[in-house]
Amino acid sequence: MSTVFIALQANEDTRPIIEAIVADNPHAVVNQQPAMVKIDAEDSLVVRRETIEELLGREFDLQELQINLISLSGHLDETDDEMKLYWNA
Amino acid sequence: MDMKTSSGKKLGLKEKYRHMTRGLDWETTYQKREDVFPYVAYEGIKIHDWDKWEDPFRLTMDSYWKYQAEKERKLYAIIDAYAQNNGHLNVTDARYLNAIKLFLTGISPLEYMAHRGFTHAGRAFPGSGPRVACLMQALDELRHAQTQIHSLSNYNKYYNGFHDPAHMLQRVWYLSVPRSFFDDAVTAGPFEFMVAIGFSFEYVLTNLLFVPFVSGAAYNGDMGTMTFGFSAQSDEARHMTLGLEIIKFILEQDPDNVPIVQRWIDKWTWRGYRVLTLVGMMMDYMLPKRIMSWKEAWEVYFEQNGGALFKDLSRYGIRPPKWLDQISFDKDHISHQAWATFYQYGAIADFHTWSPTEDELDWLSSKYPDSFDKYYRPRLDYWREQAEQGNRFYNKTLPQLCQTCQIPMVFTEPGDPTKICYREVDYQGEKFHFCSDGCKEIFENEPEKFKQSWLPANQIYQGNCFPDGTDPTVEGFDPVSKVLEYYNIQAGRDNLDFDGSEDQKNFAKWRGMATSNE
Amino acid sequence: MQMDLRTVSIQPLRQTYDPVARRFGDKPASRYQEGTYDIQSTANFHYRPTWDPDHEIFDTARTRIVMSDWYAFKDPRQFYYGAYTLARAKQQDAAEANLGFVENHGLVANLDAGLRDRAIALLLPLRHVAWGANLNGASVCAYGYGTAFTQPFIFQAMDHLAIAQYLTRIGLLLGAEETLDKAKESWLADDAWQGLRRYVEDTFVLKDPFELFIAQDVALDGLLYPLVFDTIVNGVFAAEGGTPIALTTQFMTDWFKETRRWADATVKTAATESPENRALIEKWVGHWRDRAAAALQPVAQIAVGDKADALIAEQVEQFNARLAKAGVKV
Repeated sequence: MSTVFIALQANEDTRPIIEAIVADNPHAVVNQQPAMVKIDAEDSLVVRRETIEELLGREFDLQELQINLISLSGHLDETDDEMKLYWNA
Repeated sequence: MDMKTSSGKKLGLKEKYRHMTRGLDWETTYQKREDVFPYVAYEGIKIHDWDKWEDPFRLTMDSYWKYQAEKERKLYAIIDAYAQNNGHLNVTDARYLNAIKLFLTGISPLEYMAHRGFTHAGRAFPGSGPRVACLMQALDELRHAQTQIHSLSNYNKYYNGFHDPAHMLQRVWYLSVPRSFFDDAVTAGPFEFMVAIGFSFEYVLTNLLFVPFVSGAAYNGDMGTMTFGFSAQSDEARHMTLGLEIIKFILEQDPDNVPIVQRWIDKWTWRGYRVLTLVGMMMDYMLPKRIMSWKEAWEVYFEQNGGALFKDLSRYGIRPPKWLDQISFDKDHISHQAWATFYQYGAIADFHTWSPTEDELDWLSSKYPDSFDKYYRPRLDYWREQAEQGNRFYNKTLPQLCQTCQIPMVFTEPGDPTKICYREVDYQGEKFHFCSDGCKEIFENEPEKFKQSWLPANQIYQGNCFPDGTDPTVEGFDPVSKVLEYYNIQAGRDNLDFDGSEDQKNFAKWRGMATSNE
Repeated sequence: MQMDLRTVSIQPLRQTYDPVARRFGDKPASRYQEGTYDIQSTANFHYRPTWDPDHEIFDTARTRIVMSDWYAFKDPRQFYYGAYTLARAKQQDAAEANLGFVENHGLVANLDAGLRDRAIALLLPLRHVAWGANLNGASVCAYGYGTAFTQPFIFQAMDHLAIAQYLTRIGLLLGAEETLDKAKESWLADDAWQGLRRYVEDTFVLKDPFELFIAQDVALDGLLYPLVFDTIVNGVFAAEGGTPIALTTQFMTDWFKETRRWADATVKTAATESPENRALIEKWVGHWRDRAAAALQPVAQIAVGDKADALIAEQVEQFNARLAKAGVKV
């Protein structure tokens, strides 16, 4: 088992994003740190555009994540609909 | 932005990116490929199909400008507000500022080197995917250098030691450690540069640099640094995926690439680890409010995260970096050994050092139960007693430096923290000295490169570190003051102990003005 | 305890960083100054580049231009990263609005088919010219000397990438995905484009960063942009009902107007430094201008037929006048 993670700044923009990540990844563990939220998950983690859009009530481009992203680990695959982090091992 | 063709077909992110980037290049015919891309072959890396490169973020320039501009607007609004409100008086304690001086002189000029290095790498690669990714990172790195200079500009107005970072990087003894690290990477071929900086530094080690610094800033009331730190990290996430992608790409292209890449991973993990000693010292000694110990950070960000990474890479035949046993043993020691060095050489540094307070010593005892009380606390106690009696210890003899990492020979034998580790190699009739097996082996692999090292201690003894026109033969010649002049360290202001410094007095005075009616 | 720190009036010890103070005095400095002056290393390099052992990492000897101070160059736009990015984001908003307007109102469908084909034939192969310019911008930034000189070239490199990407979008708007492939075939094989392709490929092997700047940013861009975007797209095409096309290329028109001032200032600073520099620059400008003009002639013909010669001659005349103002006679 290997852990992937994504860390985001803790602010108003990221609140619904984090909520969406938690909803889509029941296995994820959220760590609140000063000014930052780090989400760890075993093997893989997915960020879905639709879930975020439902929470935001507006269109959302996954590339908007860039503004508040702090760090991540794992391989990354991004399409219009989702961003996935994973390890192959 | 959405993109459609005239027939109304909507393009997905991958398709769009392919048209926007991949279709642009062509095989030159009027000039030979090896003349257009002269630096791509000599390292021995074999690339058969540049189009196999995957671009993880698929950012086009329009989106780049849009999102980066939003980050810049936020960042500069905070920098302005922080300066206007004398935000610097909100930091926990003026000792904290020395951590930030270390950042501005040791890190920010390297961001600039990264800017030029990635420009060179981007120019060197024939593939359009890697070229665009490298050049975007080159632009980001310029951002990092400049936002750091701008964020810390206000500190420079009120405190010492911030006033000439790029000049100092090229001269001051300990700054040759981070500088030679980057010079080494930039003078290597473009593939090695990418493995060194893109992969080993950005992917494996950058979290250890930024997360502690930035959380440290947040913990210590430094909103300015916290803001540029997080803002830079948001680019870093892009850079890390580039670093991982380049490794996968090279390894998948040809099995002959594996041993070359393995040697680079070994070299650059060790080189990077040595440079991060400075960060370890900062975390354990220089933050008035501690976030986590160096050892804890190493365990989370290197051992746990790096472990997952190397497990993943093992399917290519890549094993974890060499010398991990020693690295693992050393995590109990290096930050203490480094602080002791800077404490001793506090007369020729551009920041202040001090004796830790009793509760800080207790914190270190609790974080390093196996090493601190036994090996390091007694010495710090002794130095503190001496300082209280007016005998603050300054070492006036220049240390011997490691030919590879350029750190003074202060590290100890693997497994024996009471014995200094020395290694040497005879090469072309000369003796070269090393702090470790790692640094020795790196030299042996590239002696023609590392025999060139500009070692600050040796250069001082050779008379190369005095201002132009200095005559060392005159009566009463004081070499230390001339070296400080060459470094542009203002004696009595930038250097020496924090206790009694101008920074200490000014901060206390200004804070007093803010909290009383005098 | 919350302190009201704004009420504290304290005297700064210094106004700016030392290198800026040494040049301009110890007074409040601009972000351009603090982020630019003397931030590139110049001394005590540790190792020679394995890819160029005859030079230091940063080395004034890579170009034949000699400057007593490479920080004599100044970008009139005072672009550091933040100023650059904010300026481009604003232009991008405008470009996006224009492209969206043309797309949403179906303005392309109303274009005369002949005009549309000529526009495709002229504009789409230019994607590759911009891609080449991206490479050359990276070269000058990597191998030039001193941040004041090199910094604008990473901006140039990325601007050219953006222009290649705008042209791609225009191609998809005017045509389809195959349009891009066809244009690349023209670029690789059609006679009309071979002079220009040879020019671009020849610049790829130039080793002197300043000569490369002259060949790319001064001569080629200096003739191509006013010819294609001002004269042909905004003039000839617009007059034939092609205003929607002109809307989509407004970024290029504005971009050239802006970057020209920087290129002129850079030429002027180097030429004013010494008669040797001036002679060298005049030689380079003359050589590359003549080559660029010849290479652009068949390209102009695609759009304007036999009026190409006259248009090119007019461009060269304006170019010469422009360079004369920058102190260079060609």
